[in-house]
Amino acid sequence: MEIFKAEKVVKKFINTLALDQVSISVPKGSIYGLLGPNGAGKTTLIRIINQITAPDQGSLLFNGDKLRPEDIYRIGYLPEERGLYKKMKVGEQALYLAQLKGLSKKEAMSRLKLWFGKFEILDWWNKKIEELSKGMQQKVQFIVTVLHEPELLIFDEPFSGFDPINADMMKKEILALREKGSTIIFSTHNMGSVEELCDHITLIDKGRTLIEGDIKDIRDQYRSDTYEVGFQGEHDKLGKALNNHYQLLETSSEGDLLNAKIKLLHHTTENELLSLLIPAVHIISFNEVYPSMNEIFIRVVKDN
Amino acid sequence: MSKIGLIIKREYVTRVRKRSFIVMSVLGPILFASLMVVPALIAMSEDQEVKRIAIVDSSHLFMNIIPETKYLKFDYLHNARLNDIKETYSAGGYYGVLYISHIVASEPNSVIFYSDKQPNLATKMHISKAMENYIRDQKLKTYEIENLDNILKSVRTRINIRTIKITETGREKESHTGVAMAVGYAGGFLIYMFIFFFGAQLMRGVIEEKVNRIVEIIISSVKPFQLMMGKIIGIAMVGLTQFLIWIVTTFVLVSLATAVLFPELNMTPTQQVISQDIMSSGPVEENPQAPSEEMDELLGFLSNLKEINFALTLGSFIFYFLGGYLLYGALFASIGAAVDNETDTQQFMLPLTIPLILALLVLINTINNPDSSLSFWFSIIPFTSPIVMMGRLPFGVQNWEVGLSMALLIITFIGMTWLAAKIYRTGILMYGKKTSYKEIAKWIRHS
Repeated sequence: MEIFKAEKVVKKFINTLALDQVSISVPKGSIYGLLGPNGAGKTTLIRIINQITAPDQGSLLFNGDKLRPEDIYRIGYLPEERGLYKKMKVGEQALYLAQLKGLSKKEAMSRLKLWFGKFEILDWWNKKIEELSKGMQQKVQFIVTVLHEPELLIFDEPFSGFDPINADMMKKEILALREKGSTIIFSTHNMGSVEELCDHITLIDKGRTLIEGDIKDIRDQYRSDTYEVGFQGEHDKLGKALNNHYQLLETSSEGDLLNAKIKLLHHTTENELLSLLIPAVHIISFNEVYPSMNEIFIRVVKDN
Repeated sequence: MSKIGLIIKREYVTRVRKRSFIVMSVLGPILFASLMVVPALIAMSEDQEVKRIAIVDSSHLFMNIIPETKYLKFDYLHNARLNDIKETYSAGGYYGVLYISHIVASEPNSVIFYSDKQPNLATKMHISKAMENYIRDQKLKTYEIENLDNILKSVRTRINIRTIKITETGREKESHTGVAMAVGYAGGFLIYMFIFFFGAQLMRGVIEEKVNRIVEIIISSVKPFQLMMGKIIGIAMVGLTQFLIWIVTTFVLVSLATAVLFPELNMTPTQQVISQDIMSSGPVEENPQAPSEEMDELLGFLSNLKEINFALTLGSFIFYFLGGYLLYGALFASIGAAVDNETDTQQFMLPLTIPLILALLVLINTINNPDSSLSFWFSIIPFTSPIVMMGRLPFGVQNWEVGLSMALLIITFIGMTWLAAKIYRTGILMYGKKTSYKEIAKWIRHS
């Protein structure tokens, strides 16, 4: 079941085609990565989901129905370009933004107290935003984004501006929100966080979808039949054991533990490889090497 | 609360709590009150010091003839020589020396006032009037008319011109040109100031939201149009609040100031009416303590001020203030949305500044000539009507003209807001690129 579905969305700006027939479908309860280089059209797509801009063509479905204006109450959005009123007090501002998202003042107040307590920032309540550090402001912003307990959360580059400790805290909070049943769309070009968090991705570049789907399927699709062998013995012995059905990509050593990356050619299997290696060296580990999202990202964008 | 209500409330509350708002609220009335009181004070202040004037009278005619007033005292120096007294009058505590030559009855230039200061007009008028009257009376006496004293008393007349305007309905209405000019100019100028002041505040508010990058967070909850209108209305309410504070405190301050500084003015209206109605018939008492003509004028001004239809003037002021502000406000907001910082606003401000300044220039012409065709057209054209119509209203304007002007203002406001919303919607999400008119034209066409 998809919480959100966009079909063949087209958005033209004055001189550019920002989105060209882009389709995504975000499964309920997933953490969905929206990837792409700068200027790919990620922010435009996100603005369309948030109904900040309207698409020129294409259909948008929220929980199976046509996306309606009221649905913004069920969506939380943390934009990449984010800020708060500098001269306004933290508590007052959070209350204001929460009420704009449809919470009653009383409800907003009690939820804010809870979150502020959880982040240990209750004593900031009467401080002005400009008195806070950037990281502190981001915390307030995060709270405001999730306060109305939206079904769909959209984070655009959420970790920019956070130090590693706070970034880790955010990561945990995002995972906790997913546990509670929220779906998360997560736009970034930081591939490390994608591998760690996302289970579905779409990769767009120059307004077009390049890859879309389950992250495991994508990695399978881009697997290169390469295996990493950890062993004791000699690199030469290993090399001599291989015939022309295998390609030795690289070797390395760490003390008396040696390493080799071997690519299978001509439809050979890992078992066949192992049967060649076992007589030659003492094998300690044997793993398939998956391409990192970073590699896939670069490869796919370059190929286009 | 509806979302637009929330936005209005935030705009209103944060602005009203600002220090600058409080300072303006206090300073404004002091400024206005002093604008009204200080000129009067200056005009009066010279009279408040007692001037002693030495009289050297070669004609020996005017002994005790020139009446003394509260602030004018005269000493007749009998055997003094003019050249001596000219040197010593200051040491003797005199303000100046009045020399009357013996040919005064036949030669008008034979009275000379010597002083190191310039006597004010009232002093000169007081002396010359008394002398003229006396010489005239003396000359008349040479004709040996019976019962002359009584005749003279009964022909002595004072004239106060009251202007009565006949309105279309045939009702006679007393008009007060000076007061109408003052009220018209003040009203028009205030609207001019308010449009600029609050328009600029609105523009800065929009830029602030854009620069702080909070705008995208807000418009993921509300429509850009709601945000824009919320801001416009919120600031309009701030403007109205400020204006009300000004009106009330100015009124209180002026009343206080007049009570303290000019206790003479605290006459009851009936007394005033009597003083105005002593026309043609009754003889005027030669009472040196009676209010001077200047006083009369001031009194008349203040009483006329009371007779201007304040409810109507205030009502139309509020309408034209709101109409003018809303018309320009939407445009100011769209400028704020189109730029990244305040320095870039200059090029877009020009088309807004020109009609406003033009309106102010026409306003000056209007208060002198409220029914000219120039005034008429500028009070109908919506971009200038709020300012120019305010200048015409105190003189009385036909209903259809006001109606047409108001209707056009409303229609144009709606049109401009619609146009501005298009610019605003696109502009608030544009960063980094310097915007040109060409670019804005594209935004309007494509959204």
